[in-house]
Amino acid sequence: MIRFSGVVKRFGEHVVLDELDFAVAPGEFVSLIGPSGSGKTTILRLLMTLEKVDGGTIEVGGEYLSHTRRGERVVPADEKHLRVMRRRIGMVFQQFNLFPNMNVLRNITEAPVRSLGVPPAEAEQRARELLGMVGLEDKADAHPTQLSGGQQQRVAIARALAMRPDVLLLDEVTSALDPELVADVLRVLRDIATSTDITVLCVTHEMQFAQDVSDRVMMFDHGRVLEDAAPEKLFSEPEHERTKEFLRAVIERR
Amino acid sequence: MSNVPHIVSSILDGLVATAEAALGGIALTVVLSLIAGLALLSPRWPVRAIARVYVEIFRGTSEVVQLFWLFFVLPVLVGFQLVPLFAGILVLGLNHGAYGAEIVRGAVRSVPKEQYEGAVALNLSPVQRMVRVILPQAFVEMLPPFNNLFIQLLKSTALLSFISAGEIAERGELLVPVFGADIGWIYGTELVLYLLLAILITTGMRALERAAARRLGRRPSARADRVLAGGTG
Amino acid sequence: MNWDWQAAADSIPLLLKGLLVTVELTVLGSLVGYVLGLVLALLRRSGIPVLSQAVWLFIEFVRSTPLLIQVFVLYYLVPPTTGFKMSAFVTGVVALGVHYSTYAAEVYRAGIEAVPKGQWEAAVALNLPRSRVWTAVVLPQAIPRVLPALGNYTISMFKETPLLLAIGVLDVLNRAKEVGAETFRVVEPYTLAGVLFLLVSLPASLLVRRLERRRA
Repeated sequence: MIRFSGVVKRFGEHVVLDELDFAVAPGEFVSLIGPSGSGKTTILRLLMTLEKVDGGTIEVGGEYLSHTRRGERVVPADEKHLRVMRRRIGMVFQQFNLFPNMNVLRNITEAPVRSLGVPPAEAEQRARELLGMVGLEDKADAHPTQLSGGQQQRVAIARALAMRPDVLLLDEVTSALDPELVADVLRVLRDIATSTDITVLCVTHEMQFAQDVSDRVMMFDHGRVLEDAAPEKLFSEPEHERTKEFLRAVIERR
Repeated sequence: MSNVPHIVSSILDGLVATAEAALGGIALTVVLSLIAGLALLSPRWPVRAIARVYVEIFRGTSEVVQLFWLFFVLPVLVGFQLVPLFAGILVLGLNHGAYGAEIVRGAVRSVPKEQYEGAVALNLSPVQRMVRVILPQAFVEMLPPFNNLFIQLLKSTALLSFISAGEIAERGELLVPVFGADIGWIYGTELVLYLLLAILITTGMRALERAAARRLGRRPSARADRVLAGGTG
Repeated sequence: MNWDWQAAADSIPLLLKGLLVTVELTVLGSLVGYVLGLVLALLRRSGIPVLSQAVWLFIEFVRSTPLLIQVFVLYYLVPPTTGFKMSAFVTGVVALGVHYSTYAAEVYRAGIEAVPKGQWEAAVALNLPRSRVWTAVVLPQAIPRVLPALGNYTISMFKETPLLLAIGVLDVLNRAKEVGAETFRVVEPYTLAGVLFLLVSLPASLLVRRLERRRA
């Protein structure tokens, strides 16, 4: 579903991703773990076309995301191509980023109506379904400012799902929440993992969650994949010293 | 086309009066801004009240009206006529001093409370506190808004054409009936002159800002978005 | 004191007529200015370097030169060269509008930049069309924030309109001048003109300050 081939990303002098190669199969739930600055969020941002690659290519669903094929050559993608590809990808942000000038329902229906051309009535119905799925049916008319952080994040998840993406990107979606509110959000993510076949890339610090829900866990450090294994293996028998260090530090904290 | 040199030199004659009005106005503005600005912060309410009345009256009425009043009405009331340039400097100073008072007040209040407390702890007198600790820090904050204010003042010197002070705008208007075909040159020259003077003021203020910030041991702050607060344009 | 209450009372009707014109100029000038200002601000962000630079130059030029000269240019230079004639009133509205649009452009720019980057990113992530990103997400958040600043500029505009007497617009000050010329008494009309400005601008300022505080 997703393939990174030799991807390079620089911010000024700093090389964040250095010839990164990895692939994700359709329907997989992959957790990305590792220290801050290791490039995990950059990977998500590249997939969401919020950043452009400096080298290498990214493919989604067998088609180039970052580039287009012009006859024999492969050239950097233009805005039109990006807009087409973006339809397959959705993202939920650490800071929720709900639109404060719209109520919850409109936050969820705005993009399907305006970007996918879904009829408003149908979009509203689907929005209410999704709100039900995340446990917030009665908040359809509320304003983002009236909701708790956890509730806002669940709305953000519903909003992303309303676009029926093939790929869902989760960028530390519980890191900005008070501990009590984290569980509700994780429950929703668990449902998504088990009941849908959306491909999910999840950057997270919630190790227990990663262990329970993922099909695969990738450990990152300094822009490279250190380890890539099923959760049972990676968490109990990590191969790399760095991974062991990291897991020890993170799990000890709890 | 051959009129152009004459036009340009004629308008340049007005430069002296414009510069005098601007410099005089700026000087008076600075003085009044400091006095009124500090008065607005005085613990004694009569002092605050007087400053507040001055600020609201001169900010709340039109500068043109103030100019007409000072030049045409005041002589009737007190018996003597002010020389145009002097009347102009007076109005420029009084008007912009009122805006400047708010700038001073805002800048002084923006100095962190801890500085006051430190000065008190060092047993400095109120005057010493203000002069040696607060004002030097407030000074850097004041410079960008004062830059805008002084450019406003420069633009306002054109209003002195209403009372024949011999500045640039008036010189231009005197030429218009004579050189109708070259109107573009007349106004073009005027506008370029004002632009150059504005650039001069800004350059000076930025240099002042850098020097002041250096004395405080820090790099000049990126100009805060005072625009959002509605400033003086 | 040299005050004649009868003369003062007599001058009021004419002054009020002038005040009406002043208010009309301010309202129309503000409308033109704030719409044009938004256009300028958006053009600045267009991403086309030549356009962006040209707009910046225009803004700096108009902002840094006297409104009075710009009025003269519009009234005396534009008609003969373009054959397009405007009345003094219309010239005043256009001059005020264009001049203040350059202030408004800065205000809008600051307001747009104050919208958190996350909002833009969420809009991109949801694949919203560019026009919707602006009309449904960014501008609805940017504009309410800048209303107090725009309000203050309207008040400034109100106080700058008297300079239009230079091209014969019959505003408050011009009417006061008329009264003074006819009755040979200048004290009352000019003083009343000043008072009228205070009576309008002070409450307006208080209103804007309250608006500012409610947003903060």
